[in-house]
Amino acid sequence: MAQTHSPHRFPVTLALLTALVTLFMLTPMVLSITAGLVNNYSQGLASGLTTRWLEQVWEGYGDTVLWSLAIATACALITTVVGVPCAYALARTRSRWARVFEELLTLPVAVPGLATGLALILVYGHFRSFRQSFLFILVGHVVFTLPFVVRTVSSAFANRELIAIEEAARTLGAGFSRRLLGVLIPAVMPAIIASALMVFTLSVGEFNLTWMLHTPLTRTLPVGLADSYASMRIEVGSAYTLIFFIVVLPLLWGLQAIANEVQKRYGT
Amino acid sequence: MELERTSVQISQCAKTYPDGTQGLLSSSLDVYPGEVLALLGPSGCGKTTLLRLVAGLERVDQGGVIRFGTQEVTHVPVERRQIGMVFQHYALFPQMTVQANIGYGLRLRGASASQLKQAVGELIDLVQLRGLEHKRPAELSGGQRQRVALARAVAVRPKVLLLDEPLTALDAKLKITLRDELADLLRRLGVTTIHVTHDQQEALAIADRLAVMRSGKIIQVGQGEELYRNPKHTFVAEFLGRINRLQRTPQDIANDSVTFAQIAVPCPRGAWPELFVRPEDIQLKPFALNQPVGLITHRSFLGDRIHYRLEVAGQTTLAAEAHRDSPYLVGERVSFTIATEHFIPCESDQ
Repeated sequence: MAQTHSPHRFPVTLALLTALVTLFMLTPMVLSITAGLVNNYSQGLASGLTTRWLEQVWEGYGDTVLWSLAIATACALITTVVGVPCAYALARTRSRWARVFEELLTLPVAVPGLATGLALILVYGHFRSFRQSFLFILVGHVVFTLPFVVRTVSSAFANRELIAIEEAARTLGAGFSRRLLGVLIPAVMPAIIASALMVFTLSVGEFNLTWMLHTPLTRTLPVGLADSYASMRIEVGSAYTLIFFIVVLPLLWGLQAIANEVQKRYGT
Repeated sequence: MELERTSVQISQCAKTYPDGTQGLLSSSLDVYPGEVLALLGPSGCGKTTLLRLVAGLERVDQGGVIRFGTQEVTHVPVERRQIGMVFQHYALFPQMTVQANIGYGLRLRGASASQLKQAVGELIDLVQLRGLEHKRPAELSGGQRQRVALARAVAVRPKVLLLDEPLTALDAKLKITLRDELADLLRRLGVTTIHVTHDQQEALAIADRLAVMRSGKIIQVGQGEELYRNPKHTFVAEFLGRINRLQRTPQDIANDSVTFAQIAVPCPRGAWPELFVRPEDIQLKPFALNQPVGLITHRSFLGDRIHYRLEVAGQTTLAAEAHRDSPYLVGERVSFTIATEHFIPCESDQ
């Protein structure tokens, strides 16, 4: 049987490799989650299961979950309302300054969040009520996520097909606001939804910048997570991770499903 | 449905783009009421620029004037110019149904629901899209999209209809069907139409008159048949169909002849250093003495006809076309004749 160029041999190796990598990735997740459900991590499952850590986390940090979701929602809304017109303007301007502006807008993505945070504190830190409110964190998140919206949506607007669509609307008599609202924005809706979804995700998970901007009374989910990791039992930190999963995963799946539906309806 | 017949007068219109390129040199052109005029030329000749100037999508350089009938529209913005335009890749609104696409312009003009329904229904019948009203553009074939684009453009009862390479995005066979359909539809609507294309067959099939363009200039305007038979310009002769360019010596000019392999063939009187002849006007004959002779170097069978290339002493290679049953093969020597009236002189080479 010299000719066993068996088509099965390679896939077996590949499957094994895939299994190994998957195991490598999944084990920490599973361990971390179970750690939050056992009485004592060092004794493992033998110490018995409990929801006491989950309750403790919810009591201490439950509000961070709600605030995180509120900030992420507000951030997605604001960046969309501000970013879409900005994206349109950038896509239709050929001036050199528009390109410079676009680069500047992208800076907060490249610059470490700590630096952005510090700059915000230096300039606006002395407005105490602003500094101590969640609005301060929201502003940071908007600065950080706006470039994602502008970049994604502006490249959709700059598409040649979209330019022709806009011209077609003009020949049919549509003035600026009617073609923007009636034709162009619906035509780039998949890009808008995708970018809003991305902003929401980035905002929920943002730590770097938020850590600089938060106060003991204004904490988001990731900041609370860091706090619990640093100051409490490992079981509590793990329970926190579990809560993060429980809250964020279904939400992301749901939003993704909506985005897919939009893509199906509007996609070209 | 019949539309208003408006004339279009373009006088001394030029277009310089911000980067300094001249898209169109100063050009004038009259389009008669209800006429279909094709702007024909190779890519980069300025035909699309001229169309976009008429549409109002580009601004005319200082000094140019565009009139629709008696109304000057040079500075009227595109939104209020009352034109209809079909774009190269149709530019349909992707999120709207066929029905909503066609009715878009009427909705903007505040048509009532019942008016809209009636007008759109009529158009759907006109372009034979019954049954597809609720489909989205992505679900349609190329030919169907093209029809939606046309219906959308004429729905607003435009004064002038502008077609920018409307059939380029279709495959060859469909192109021919839709071409004839389009020609028929434009005649029924009676709307003044400017049709941009680089395809001479398409221009000949659809348009009443052709304006042949090159390097930002209109070279010659006329009916297709006239341009084909009597091109005034070598570029027009060579761009419309295939043609052979023949060289003449001073002696030829003195004798009113063209020489092929030392045999002089009589031609119309005139001091043209070059003459032209269409491949289909070269009659191949069995080899005979005292007649021009050529060696067949190439033969391609095209179904309805055969295309030959002949090497002829004293001239460049000649293209000749013959009936599909023509018996001559590569390597054979054949004689040929050209009737005097088939020599085409061209006055200008610029």
